[in-house]
Amino acid sequence: MAWQALYEQLSALPVADLTGTQSFLLKFCKAFLVGDRWKLYLQGLGYTLELTVIALVIGIVLGVVVAVIRTSHDQQRPGHRNPALGVLNFVCKVYTTVIRGTPMMVQLLIWGFVIFKTCRNHTMVGALGLGINSGAYVAEIVRGGLMSVDIGQTEAGRSLGLNYLDTMRFIVIPQAFKNILPSLGNEFITLLKDTSLVSAIGGTEMVYFAQAVGGKTYEYMFPLLGIAVMYLILVMILSWLQGKMERRLRQSDRR
Amino acid sequence: MIDVKNLSKSFGDNLVLDNISEHIAPGEKVVIIGPSGSGKSTFLRCLNLLETPTAGEISFDGTLITDPKTDINAIRQQMGMVFQHFNLFPNMTIRKNITLAPVRTGLMKQEEADETAIRLLKRVGLEEKADAYPAQLSGGQKQRIAIVRALAMKPKVMLFDEPTSALDPEMVGEVLDVMKQLAEEGMTMVVVTHEMGFAREVGSRVLFMDGGHIVEQNEPKAFFDHPQNPRTQLFLSKVL
Repeated sequence: MAWQALYEQLSALPVADLTGTQSFLLKFCKAFLVGDRWKLYLQGLGYTLELTVIALVIGIVLGVVVAVIRTSHDQQRPGHRNPALGVLNFVCKVYTTVIRGTPMMVQLLIWGFVIFKTCRNHTMVGALGLGINSGAYVAEIVRGGLMSVDIGQTEAGRSLGLNYLDTMRFIVIPQAFKNILPSLGNEFITLLKDTSLVSAIGGTEMVYFAQAVGGKTYEYMFPLLGIAVMYLILVMILSWLQGKMERRLRQSDRR
Repeated sequence: MIDVKNLSKSFGDNLVLDNISEHIAPGEKVVIIGPSGSGKSTFLRCLNLLETPTAGEISFDGTLITDPKTDINAIRQQMGMVFQHFNLFPNMTIRKNITLAPVRTGLMKQEEADETAIRLLKRVGLEEKADAYPAQLSGGQKQRIAIVRALAMKPKVMLFDEPTSALDPEMVGEVLDVMKQLAEEGMTMVVVTHEMGFAREVGSRVLFMDGGHIVEQNEPKAFFDHPQNPRTQLFLSKVL
């Protein structure tokens, strides 16, 4: 291939004699082309996406459960307080306070080096840590969304004889979902970018491979710029999807 | 049909209903009037337990609904309610608004609920709106749909909480017409309203509430022509 001839020619020259353009091309070849290194970045991309999806699922499930517990606790009729719900509510409050009150990085290090220090699968430990972190933020977003739906909607549902869960499922949650989609989208974008922190506990994802390439070639600029562009493209795709979904959910607002 | 015994309700230190006892018989059209803050909406909302009474008992068809062991959902399925602000579900089509409750509570199959919805929509002249969303309707249309939604559950009694107060004046008539039609068919109705004409024409009994008490009640003609209590007289002199 054309670049291989160029690469061999350039690497044969003494480094001091290289012009700016030549040195640029040489570094580019080393970062992406030599030894099919571009495949490593794609492999990293795969891990990053896998990590994001697992953390996302954990985050959504945890977030919705915590939000529903906290909202139903707050909406109980006076005199009909459920003690079990009180305990659950307390646990949920501790969870959101601790997670939102400590840095993501510190949490990941604790998961990786304290709680699961014997575990070999660092990527999955990272996914768990990210998911648990994301859950606390999602819970607050979802709770805000549930509270933003007019109480008259719940009353209308209940006055028709629907039970609490059906009222939530068919009436409140769909409306809340529409209201929170922008903030939820932001949370997911943050989550995608935060997967880069997993490299700190030895998890394999895009940053891990960029560092590996950089370590091997003693040249970090192109690997890091490369993954920066990849993150940017991923976020742009997510934002585009988010906008599309918002437009679809606004369907019932048309007049 | 509805029996209220010594009902009291307070919000914090604010006593809104003070020891009210009342009986509503099948087929009655009870109209509740009174100044704002008199407790008339709270009284109505206590009847299907949207507000939990602080003290007292309410029974419906012989079932004590204030008993915590009573399945309140089963009771509410038999009591329709229409709200001041309609409270249609904006995320669903009109058809889905109407059929959701009958289907989910197991009262009807989807096809039967769809047929019921169309039949009821025809009655209020809105069958062409079945696939529209609430945002596309006028206030009067929304309130007629809200009535239809409550009727789809085949309730034994209908509660109306100021159904025309949030409407443009020219749309009040179309909603009152539907309510009149319902009254003529013999539905038991409890209506909180400021529409004195409706109270006089449709009501079988008028209750006047003030300060958490039922100050005076009578059949409409006698109530409006010869109010007894000075407070009632003052109120009527201002609104009539």
